Order: sequence, then C-alpha cells, then structure tokens
Amino acid sequence: MIARGAKSGWLFWGPLFAVTWLLSSYSFQLYKALDARWIVRYPKGWELPLEDRISAFLDWLVESAGFYFFSFRDLTRAISALIEAPYQVLRNLLVEGFSNGFGDAAVQIAPALSWIAVIVTIMAIGHYARDWILSVLVGACFFYLAVFGQWESAMVTLASVLISVPIGVVGGLLLGILAYRVRWFERMMRPILDLMQTVPVFAYLVPILILFGFGPVAALVATVIYAMPPMVRITIVALNSVPKEVIEAGRMAGCRNRQMMWKVLVPSAVPTLMVGVNQVIMLTLNMVIIASMIGAGGLGFDVLSSLRRLDIGGGIEAGLGIVAMAIALDRASQAFAERSIRHPLEGNILQRHPWSGTVFLVVASTLILGQFAPAIRTYPDALTITTGPFWSNAMQWINVNFFDTFEAIKTVILQWLLLPVKKFFTGIPWPWGIVATALIAWRVGGWKIGLLAGLLMTFIAASGLWPKAMVTIYLCGVSVLIATIIGIPLGIWAAESPRAGRVILGLMDTLQTLPSFVYLIPVVMLFRVGDFSAMIAVILYALAPAVRYAAHGLKEVPPALIEAGLMSGCTKRQLLWRIKLPLATPHLFLGLNQTIMLALSMLVITALVGTRDLGQEVYIALTKANAGQGIVAGLSVAFIAIITDRIINALAAGQRERLGI
Amino acid sequence: MTKPVILDCRNVWKLYGPQADTFLKTNPTPSSADLEAANLIGAVRAVNVQIRKGEIFVIMGLSGSGKSTLVRCMSRLVDSTAGEIRFEDKDLLSAGEEELIQIRRKKMGMVFQQFALLPHLTVLENTAFPLDIQGVDKKTREVRAREVVELVGLKGREGYFPRELSGGQQQRVGIARSLAAEPEIWFLDEPFSALDPLIRREMQDEFLRLQSILHKTIVFITHDFDEAIRLADRIAVMKDGIIEQVATPEDLVLQPATGYVAEFTRHVSRAKVIRAASVMEPLNGDSFAGEVSHDAVIEAIADPVEASDLPHKVMEGDKPVGQISRKAVIDVLVGRR
Repeated sequence: MIARGAKSGWLFWGPLFAVTWLLSSYSFQLYKALDARWIVRYPKGWELPLEDRISAFLDWLVESAGFYFFSFRDLTRAISALIEAPYQVLRNLLVEGFSNGFGDAAVQIAPALSWIAVIVTIMAIGHYARDWILSVLVGACFFYLAVFGQWESAMVTLASVLISVPIGVVGGLLLGILAYRVRWFERMMRPILDLMQTVPVFAYLVPILILFGFGPVAALVATVIYAMPPMVRITIVALNSVPKEVIEAGRMAGCRNRQMMWKVLVPSAVPTLMVGVNQVIMLTLNMVIIASMIGAGGLGFDVLSSLRRLDIGGGIEAGLGIVAMAIALDRASQAFAERSIRHPLEGNILQRHPWSGTVFLVVASTLILGQFAPAIRTYPDALTITTGPFWSNAMQWINVNFFDTFEAIKTVILQWLLLPVKKFFTGIPWPWGIVATALIAWRVGGWKIGLLAGLLMTFIAASGLWPKAMVTIYLCGVSVLIATIIGIPLGIWAAESPRAGRVILGLMDTLQTLPSFVYLIPVVMLFRVGDFSAMIAVILYALAPAVRYAAHGLKEVPPALIEAGLMSGCTKRQLLWRIKLPLATPHLFLGLNQTIMLALSMLVITALVGTRDLGQEVYIALTKANAGQGIVAGLSVAFIAIITDRIINALAAGQRERLGI
Repeated sequence: MTKPVILDCRNVWKLYGPQADTFLKTNPTPSSADLEAANLIGAVRAVNVQIRKGEIFVIMGLSGSGKSTLVRCMSRLVDSTAGEIRFEDKDLLSAGEEELIQIRRKKMGMVFQQFALLPHLTVLENTAFPLDIQGVDKKTREVRAREVVELVGLKGREGYFPRELSGGQQQRVGIARSLAAEPEIWFLDEPFSALDPLIRREMQDEFLRLQSILHKTIVFITHDFDEAIRLADRIAVMKDGIIEQVATPEDLVLQPATGYVAEFTRHVSRAKVIRAASVMEPLNGDSFAGEVSHDAVIEAIADPVEASDLPHKVMEGDKPVGQISRKAVIDVLVGRR
C-alpha cells in the first residue's frame, strides 16, 4: 500500500518537475518559435484595473462618502479624537508634562513623571508579576534606556504602546467573544483574520494615511490593526477550550448569558487570554519602526532616521533601546500569563498594597524633590553614555578586516544558489505557473484547495505582478530552505540535550522578541544592499519557528514509543531516524509553515534594502501614497502566504492521519 | 414506598445525527438497526423512570451507555429529542429560558465528574457562586457558604484555591456548591469516578452521611456497580441508551431481568444486598437471641445471628414481622440462594 503510494507519488512529482524545468529553461525559445509573447509576459491588455478602482474608491470615501447624519470624514475625525485624547494625556505624563495654554504662553502645571518614578513603577510591576529577579531585569532594561540617552524617545514609544495595547486587547477580546457567540460572525471573521495576518503592514499604511493623515494617530491605528488579529484568534480558542463541565456548572447555577460570559467563561480563560495579551504587546513593539513611517515618533523614528542617514551607531543604539523595551515588556507580560491568583495580604492599607503604596510614595516624593534637584526629574545628560561611535568603529573595523571574506561568501552563494534558483523561478511561463501551483495544491489537499490556489495565482498574474511574485517566491524559498537546514538540526540538538536546549531555545526566544526591522541593521552594515542581504535578514528572522517546532515535536513523541524502541535495541541514531523524526513530522510541517509566514512578512521589510519583489512594489506604493498599488501588491503577498499555508497544513494533516495521531 | 414522584420521565429519547429531530416523527419506535441505517446514535432510547421524593436513584451503565446524556436531559443541559419530562408536576421541556433559569437556581443542584470548579475563585467563593449568580448580597451568601463548607468537612480551608486542594477535597467543594442553594433535586454525575479507590470509599461514606442529614431527592450516575449497590435505594441499569431494569439492589441481584443485568450481578456478594426480610421465616416460638431490623443486609447482621443457636427476631419498627435463623444467614453467605 505504502509502496504503491510512493510509486504513484514519483509518477506525479517527477514529470511535474521535469516539465516545469523544461518550460522554465526554454520559455524564451518557445516564445520565439511560436511567436507568442504572451507566454513569457502577461499581456498588458488583460490586466485588471484593480489598482485604479481601489484608489478611486478611497478617494470617494474620503471626499464624498456619507451616512445620513455625518460624512465618512467625520467618522475618521471622531476616531482620531477618541484616540488622540488619551494618547496626549500619556505623553504629557511620561514626556512633556502638563501645561496650560499654548506656545510661549504655556504655563507648566506639573512636570512629567521622573525617570526614577517610571523605573520604580515598572520594577513594582515586575515584582507583582513574579519575583525580584524579574523586577531587577525589567528595571535594568529601563535603566539602560536612561543611561544610554534614549529616555525621551523611549517614553514616546511607551505612550503609544500603552494606548494601542489596551485597544488591541479589548477590541480583540470583544470581537473574539462575538465570534464565539455568533456562528456566522466567526465564519465571516476567519478569512478576514487570515488576510489581516498575511497582508504585509505596508499595504494598509497608505489607506490609513489617506484616512487619518500623517501623525501619531495614524500610526496607532495601523499598530492596532496589525496587533489585534492574534488576540481575536486566541480569545476564540481560549473560550472554546473552557471545559464543558465548567460551562454546565455555570448553567446549573442558573447563569444568564452575560453572567456566563463574564463570571464563568472569561475568568476561566484568563491564563490563555494572557498569552494573547503578550502577543499584542510584542506585535505592537514590532510595529514601532514601521509605524514611524507614518508619523509615530520615539525610538522607531530614531532607528528609521539613523538608517536613512546611514548612521550605523545611532541606528544600533536606538534599535537596542527597542530591544531592551521589548524584553522588559515581554518578560513582564509572560510572567502575568503564568501568574496564578494569590491570596490577598492582611494588614493596613500599605501592608495590603505594598506595590501600589511604594509606587505612590516614589511618584509623590520624586515630584516634590524634582522641583529642587533636576537630576531627579530627568536623567542628567552628563551621565549618559553613547555607544554610537563604538558601534560605528566596530562595524568599520569588521568591514576593513573581513571585507574580502564576506565578499567571497556572498559571491559564492549568489553564484551557486541564488542566481540559479532565481533563473528557474523567473523563467517559468505564467500560464504554466498557475497550472503547476493548482496541480500541486490539488494533489496535496484536494480539488478545493487546488481551485483556490489556481484562482489566487491567476489574480497575481492578472494584476501584472507575476515577475515580482516569482522573485518573492524565489527569495522566500531559498531563505526558508536555509533556515530549515540550520533550524531543524538545532531543534533536534535542543531536544536531545537539555543543557543545549536551554541555551538554544533561550536564544530563539530573544530573537523572536526583536522587532523585525532590527535584523536589517547589522546585515546592511556587513553585506550592503541586495538579494543576499535580504536573504540573511529573512533567515535570521524566520529561524526561530523551525528550531522551536522541531524541538517541541521531538519532545512530544510518546515516551512509551521511545521505550519500545530502546527495548528493540535501537541505537541513538536509529531512535532518532526511525522513531522520533517520523513521529515529529506534523510538527516539522507546522514549523515550516510558520517559517514561511515569517519569511514572507520579513521579505516585505527587506524591500528597504533593495530587493525587486512584491515587497518593493508595496514599498513604492507607500512612498507614492498609491493606495491601490499597495493593496493589490499586499494582497498578492497574502495570497502566496495563504496558498502555502493551505498546502502545508494539508500535508501535515495527511501525515497526522497516516500516523494515527 | 408510595412517596410522591418528583421527576417523571416518560418515553424520553435523545438521538444524535442528521435530522435527529424529524426522524422520530416518522418512526416513533425505531430499532437499533433503524437507527444505524439512518446514521443516528441513540444516546437515550424510550426511557421511562420516576424519581421519588427523598430516594437515592442510581443510574448505572458502562461508558457510552447514555447515562450522562440521560441526566443532562433531566436537567435540560441537553434537550431531549422526544418524550416528556415532568418536574414537580410541571412540564420541564416546555419551560422557557427564564423559567428554566429560576428552576435551576432554586431547585436543582449538580455535581460533576471533573469537579468543574472555577479556578479563579476560592473554596468559599466557589461555594457561594450559585448565590452570587442569583444576586444574593455578599454577606448573606458568605454566611450560607460557610455553613455548607463546614457541612462537607472543609472548615478552615475557605480561603484556598481549587489548585491547592486534593481531588477529594475539590469534589467536596463541588458538593458544597451544588448544595449552597438548597436544591430540591440533586444530580451527581459520576462524582467519585475521578478519585482514587480509597478516597472514593471515604467519599461514599461522606455522601451517605450527608444524605442522612439532608434527605434530598438524588439522581446519582455511576459506572461502578459496587458503588451503585452501596448507595442506591433503586438502581436503573442502562445499556446502549435503553434502561434494562429498574429495581432495588436486592431485586436486581435476586431477579435480574436480562442477561446483561445478570452478568453484572453474578459476582456481587449477595450478603451485601439481601436483606433480613427476604430470608426470614414466619414467627414461630418465643425465645429469641435478639432483634434485627427488617431492612438490614445480611452482611451486617451475620455475626450475631451466626453466633447464637436461637433465631433472631426481625423487626419492622416496633412490630416483629418474622424470625431469622443461623441457617438462613449461612445459606446466603455461601451462596446457596
């Protein structure tokens, strides 16, 4: 049975590859021989005018759309005002201080929170969430921001995080609850969520820019849209995984619908929901740099402007600032997720609320003392350290001493890997590309997925983006290949040796906390712009899931099976190859899927270092504020992501079925 | 034995599968083969039971026999496909949402196999939860919750969270919660199945102690025949959604209605179920070694009756109804009858 399956497998995959390869190599000759230029180039006349339609629709929305009592523009203005007010309060609290009047006439009523007060507050939160170790860690991260002169920018960033995270969490929670309660709403949300998580951020920056104008509000809106979808998903999962008996217990107690939701379901789901909160925080920080393209200030803006000035040291410094903040917020929110409810403390009000009490005292005393000692109010400039020159010199030193080595590596990989693969993919004539994708999807996941893949690929061709899509696929493919080749052995190692596992998985955790943009900085410094740099950045960013899922998959193999293997006399190697790896394949597929998704999202960002793929198309649209172009290219990226996601999930499901898991 | 019927199930059906609702309209008495042909699963089939006030009614069946579905039909956690369920002489199935909420709040209590405690609430808060839902003010509900917590033997642990308790203690909280609102009818869905055998035994004793104080009407689900025999006034044996027999433990053992029931009762120690009244002889003579109650099981009276040459007098209250001799007890013990 298996032998027959394998044989018919070769009969399918072999000829498919052969035909694709032949067509790819000889497409030019074919076009000359048949005198059919449409084979290699999608005819301009057949292109869909989607870009213009979308742009025109947006114009109409902003210029003349209206409901009965108010226009669309009023709506966006109202939303702006709603977001702007609390954001301004936080900015005043953390950065500017509260004042009365404007401009020169402004009289300061109260200064911003002292840096000491902020650090004590975050340390108190750390201690409340877990223990002193966490408290010191988050305190150190924030102290880093003060010492290295990033304080003011960091507080601007923190203000926007403090606005967008609650909106993202509450919004995601409410949408999730609605989807849990209303069947059709969930069915409607699912494809929207798929799209939201796969359309690159750049694509919806332009519409937001058009609707909300350049500035912090637009940045906040974009951030919320980017960070909310996982919260919706996690809410749905969390509510669905509340044990059935707990719900029945609620019903037998006579809960009404509302009581059921807020007294039974949501509290029982809190531990899982906190994972979602952590996700929202991390995605918000991931957006910090990108959001600064449409008007967010703070650390993200510092990184972006340094990059534009090619100020290596400044970029790294501000980038590390974001990393410090990301680590602090990530660890603190993770601790909250793992924290179990504790018993209330006894005693007087200060003893019962030691954390709030301390924070209140520190805030009050720094406020008063700050009037006399400016060093308490703001961290003294004289004591800041700048590492900018150090980084610049280090980079320069590396470049001077290792330039030839790097150049050699780069040339070899370009010549022997990147260029041949690129030639293969870009050579495939578009009609065959569509057919081949549909065939693969059909073979793996049935006719529905096959049809979907064919339609989505046709959309890409019909938008005139075929060549760029092929560049995206080639870059993504090569990067994912290398990330997998590096990642899976690392994951195996991590699973086999607990000590190595702690180090490797810890490193992967940290890699995942870094905003995607940060990866670009050192890569550009060392390898300058081009496909190779893009590939390195993508590999670094997409490595983590390959490692994690491999390690997780191996650890999940039932111990009884391993014992059975040992008792049959397997050597370590046989145990790995014959038992553990085959059983871990579904996990490996899921890891591959995640790797591809991360690679695609990073690819769009690497457009900044000069790739000529869909990412570049999206980025160009952003600089030209061409909403239609951005959305169409963004959708194309999303469609590639969706096709691969469906195919790989089908593969994983098939594998699970065969293993009977 | 003519206590009033509290819960009356007549011809109750619960089918799962495509067009389960309409299927019974065209074929009101489908056989197993009919159901299979229609791709339906008959979780509960043509069930007729009457639960009487103050009795412990045990529904016994192996997993998949439909016992959990039946108890959920009785509490309307699951809506039955067909049939009639009357609770305190009112039609339970036609009760509207609001009426149902009120019935559950005031008249029903339920204990779950996996305890189903709310992880974020303390023992006291979990116990007071049904009262909280009813809008009882905090002070009143805590006073009541403290009473119940003490009743189930958890005094001193009011401030603990479920994760800080053992399985047996968690189920005590589950029991306390189900009793907090003083229900008329008390459903227990395999309450002790998730516990270790030793703890299970202890909890069964605890349960009997509680019932001797509270005199609730009880529907108790179990897959453990020994547990059923130990606790039940009457047992319903269920298989594939059908009730095979409803009887007292004694009758079940002495007169199994079907081969399936006989299979279960074959290995049950008869001394544990047969009562003095079943093996007594008519009174003759007037010298007795002592008195035994007519509803005492043989195991409980074996030692004194065996030890004396004279028979014991069997009493129903103050009235002598017969006598029991050493031979009758030994016959039961060695399995001669």
